[in-house]
Amino acid sequence: MPKSKFHVVTTVNGDSVEFLCEPQQTLLDVLRDELHLTGSKEGCGSGDCGACSVMLDGRLVCACLVLAVEANGHSVETIEGMAHGDDLHPLQRKFLEHSALQCGVCIPGFLVAAKALLEKHPDPTETEVRYWLAGNLCRCTGYDKIVRAVLDAAVEMRTG
Amino acid sequence: MSDSAITPRAGANVDFRQVGKPLPRIDAPGKAHGKTRYAGDYVMPNMLHAKVLRSPEASARLTRIDASKARALPGVACVLTHVELPDRMAPTDIPGQTGRKRLDTDQQILVRERVRYHGEPLALVAAESAAIAEKAMDLIAFDLEPLPGVYSVEDALAPGAPVVQGADNIVSTYKVRKGDVQAGFAAADTIIENTYHTQFIEHAFLEPEVGLAWVDENEVINIRMSTQVIEHFRFIAEAVGVPHNKVRILGSLVGGGFGGKEDITVEIYLALLARATGRPVRLCYTREDSFFGHGKRHPFSITHRTGFTRDGKITALQVDMTADAGAYVFLSPYVLLYATVASPGPYRVDNLHVDARAVATNNMYTSAFRGFGAAQACVAHEQQMDEAAKALGIDPLELRRRNFLRTGDPIATGVPIESAVWSDECMTRAWDALGERSEERGPIRIGRGVAAYQQSYGRITWLHDTSEAWVGVEMDGTVVVRSGVTDIGAGQVSALAQIAAELLGVGLTDVTVYNSDSATTPLAGTTTATRALYMTGNAVRLAAEAVRGRLLDRAARAFGVETNAVDMADSVVFVRDRPQTCMSLTDLVATCASEGIHRSELVMFRAPFTDGIDAETGQGRVHPDYAYGAQAVEVAVDTETGEVSVLKCIGAHDVGQAINPDAVEGQIEGGTSQGLGYALSEELIYENGKLVTPSFSEYLIPTAMDMPRVQSIILESRSGVGPFGAKGIGEPSLTPVAPAIANAVADAIGVRIADLPITPEKVVKALASAGRGP
Repeated sequence: MPKSKFHVVTTVNGDSVEFLCEPQQTLLDVLRDELHLTGSKEGCGSGDCGACSVMLDGRLVCACLVLAVEANGHSVETIEGMAHGDDLHPLQRKFLEHSALQCGVCIPGFLVAAKALLEKHPDPTETEVRYWLAGNLCRCTGYDKIVRAVLDAAVEMRTG
Repeated sequence: MSDSAITPRAGANVDFRQVGKPLPRIDAPGKAHGKTRYAGDYVMPNMLHAKVLRSPEASARLTRIDASKARALPGVACVLTHVELPDRMAPTDIPGQTGRKRLDTDQQILVRERVRYHGEPLALVAAESAAIAEKAMDLIAFDLEPLPGVYSVEDALAPGAPVVQGADNIVSTYKVRKGDVQAGFAAADTIIENTYHTQFIEHAFLEPEVGLAWVDENEVINIRMSTQVIEHFRFIAEAVGVPHNKVRILGSLVGGGFGGKEDITVEIYLALLARATGRPVRLCYTREDSFFGHGKRHPFSITHRTGFTRDGKITALQVDMTADAGAYVFLSPYVLLYATVASPGPYRVDNLHVDARAVATNNMYTSAFRGFGAAQACVAHEQQMDEAAKALGIDPLELRRRNFLRTGDPIATGVPIESAVWSDECMTRAWDALGERSEERGPIRIGRGVAAYQQSYGRITWLHDTSEAWVGVEMDGTVVVRSGVTDIGAGQVSALAQIAAELLGVGLTDVTVYNSDSATTPLAGTTTATRALYMTGNAVRLAAEAVRGRLLDRAARAFGVETNAVDMADSVVFVRDRPQTCMSLTDLVATCASEGIHRSELVMFRAPFTDGIDAETGQGRVHPDYAYGAQAVEVAVDTETGEVSVLKCIGAHDVGQAINPDAVEGQIEGGTSQGLGYALSEELIYENGKLVTPSFSEYLIPTAMDMPRVQSIILESRSGVGPFGAKGIGEPSLTPVAPAIANAVADAIGVRIADLPITPEKVVKALASAGRGP
């Protein structure tokens, strides 16, 4: 059986990136195994948990449900692109201030998803935050502190 | 002795600088950056990828297994079946016990002949990629001849039933014979009898089981693991047949445990494959593997027969409980013991008769899960209290109040409780915090419920539990803590840093903790049984106090004062009444170093050691101490759809002393969420032993949408046996949640649904059968 790899050119967190991948490899596999961006996690591999949430051309996706070849010519943003060095994104700062994390495995996904929400809806209600984040599972926190952190970050981002 | 007479424990102090403050945890920034390396984020050059082939049958005989085609597939490095492991067995008893020999429950690593549960491992594959390993699994040929199985405890106990374990499928029994129940029932005005059922549930930690193993130049098998228990290294060594000092477990921050990473998961597979191939091997479970690959929470069937006087005093209690242990023993005897001890709840019951048994079936094996039997016991005793209140016409809170244990009262096993029992205060405050009752509209009925609990913290005292920690001050005044404790997400490590910072007068960020390495960090025991803070926190406290004492002695000599006149804070050592008389911690450390004064200490903290309980009466000490608290909830039940929404949820717990209140709140909120899932949506469904819900689209844990705001009420009696009088909150936070919700639903619709989970279907059926449909 002939086997060929695909050449993919994409942008990850603003950097031009090239990689070779097999047709069945997911974007999550490539991010983690080829590009060594291990912040995105595989919690289920079926799009149920959101631990692999990334942005593809500004759209929130589960990287486990996107084939790596589909990233060709597009732009990917991951948790690793959220802070600029030590300069944290307001959401990251608020997650720390509100103690909104425990084991932390789901947190990169929550941060990326929350960022996507606030870019679309800078002034969400608590209910909107809860509905938007319902695609991200957390087993440690009970979500309360996460929701508070997102609402607080929204205030800060609106008022600058 | 009244609660107010309790003396705070040694070391208790309200004048803290670090302890008791909601400081950002030291592990938090790395996690928020996405930089933290979990066990699954490590790779090595030349690494192989492993997979586990599992049985598609729950009860069968393996008559043939042939891996020749799989071994011939290019890229396959190794396939192991039972044929390659003729004399290897896996220990599954509770680890780290020094008080007695382990139970005779070692089991096959890979199926030899008999398959006992759906998903039992048949073969291990290691290949150049996970995809090749997956293909190789398809090439392993095997024949399974189905055998009759038992898929419920009733079937397993029936005469002539197929035997899964032991002689008769009964893997463990406990009893309590205390007082005179016959006399107690004779003195009762009312006797109430009900049976309550709980279901199989899944831990659902977000990080599936994962590890990376390699054999180093000293023939040591190193395993970088996501585990609650690095001290499995001994059992792993015995399973693969090497000395204990040739297995090293390196933990990393763990992506959730909840008891599901308490037993050995992938370690033995990794050790076998790394040895067989001489190459690093990584094994990362898929979510489906995780559903099949570790023990679940025991389903229990619990009958309470309770005698009450007219004014609501319990005169006698007879409890009969049966747990489904599944196909292998694992920690069932211990879970059953905890359930037995917790069976009467936080109530004084002088005439108590308990019979408990765990029964093997061909269902998935069951083992540790946050709450560990006490959670199941609470589901029963708290629903029973509400049923009794209804029958007696007494307010449910008042009925509880009339029966709560007090400090000095004997618990189920006859041992008096020594610490504070603030059940009433917790319950009352939680209930009051519900505030105004929500309005009923259309088909929506509102209900309220409460539940109180007794949950142990610390391990069984006849395990003779110990924990070690090393604390030292570096030449620049920074502090190092070394301890084997694993951090499973609750902030176990950060709490140790906070304790060391408190006692050595430095800031939290001045402390670095090296943890979770069986080769290089002093062994601290397991992160289970709500024991990490109690045990290792005390070890760190004692070690830091020893170092502090020596440093202060030297400073006192320099200042010409008594040692007890000297204090340290903000990396400065000073005379308490004359703070201008001071020196920097760095200068003091330099002096100590040049004079050979020891700047570090290794300490072993020992829990109380006992020899066991009386087998006939169940009387004797089982645990170091107990935590008490309560949950209050308000629910809305849609009588048309049967849907239950939790509107308000308050957990009030006496934690003794909160080391980090934010972390305590985090435990309460997270435990509430797991308890809500337990009550309403979570159930692993085994059809004739076969799991039909192995994904997050079929097994529903609560989402942000399902969770209400959770209010935490943290009370501090400072009466616990942990550092500074701390108790524990890891397990207690979950225990009362499900019964509080069940009681609220019963309050809302006037019908008791005694089987968890309370699904919409059950609500609609219950309403219909009670003639209360919409």
